[in-house]
Amino acid sequence: MKIIAEPGVPQVIVIREFNAPRALLFRAYTEPELMARWLGPAELDLVVNQLDPRHGGRWRWTQYDADGKGYVFHGLFHGTPTPERIVQTYEFDQAPGTVYLNLITFDEVDGVTTLRQTTVFFAVEDRDLYVAGGMDRGIVESMQNLDDLVTELAEEAQ
Amino acid sequence: MNGVFAALADPTRRSILTELRRGDATVAELAAPFSMSQPAVSKHLKVLEQAGLISRTRQATARLSHLEARPLREAVGWLMDYRAYWTASFDRLDALLDDLQDKS
Repeated sequence: MKIIAEPGVPQVIVIREFNAPRALLFRAYTEPELMARWLGPAELDLVVNQLDPRHGGRWRWTQYDADGKGYVFHGLFHGTPTPERIVQTYEFDQAPGTVYLNLITFDEVDGVTTLRQTTVFFAVEDRDLYVAGGMDRGIVESMQNLDDLVTELAEEAQ
Repeated sequence: MNGVFAALADPTRRSILTELRRGDATVAELAAPFSMSQPAVSKHLKVLEQAGLISRTRQATARLSHLEARPLREAVGWLMDYRAYWTASFDRLDALLDDLQDKS
């Protein structure tokens, strides 16, 4: 997985390859029972409340932490989602009005699909709170990951 | 924070930080793996020190560099969280896709 983030720019790009056709990735992104099986770390329980993959369709899910506290996220699909691309807005229910925009593309070559997720925030501060702000997990990784981290910072800093 | 990112922008400086994870080190010890002169390494250490990413102390005749983890975490903690979240999600997605392919 590759993460591209520049200091001061409210955008993050995540690129990841999957050994599967994009039609299956599309299903994993648009069928509620499938999405609940992968989105978020295993220790958080995801309940997909609504997933209506059409132009103007709503999505809404709740992530429950180990204490049973729920965090609700919701938004709209913009344009009809296809196995080539999904465009959607996101909002954390506890921070109404702070919206971000997500573009996910699936590019398949010889059965391998490259997923590219571009997320655009209003401000760098929103980007920095995106994960931590929704879930009170703290920083889960320790300094033992510094090697990996500095590798990613090569992209972060360029 | 800008000083931190400017300091991190250089690959040699990132390698120095990685090296310091193993423990405090002298300029000579840090210069060895990079085939760089000690003055060149000293320049990098100065940038890292000004950014607050390392501190330096004197021990006998040697100057020891010490990694300061907190500013580094403040600068890139969000990225660590972000990566942890998506790594975990996509690893689970791999497993799900395997399942779906077995069935089809």
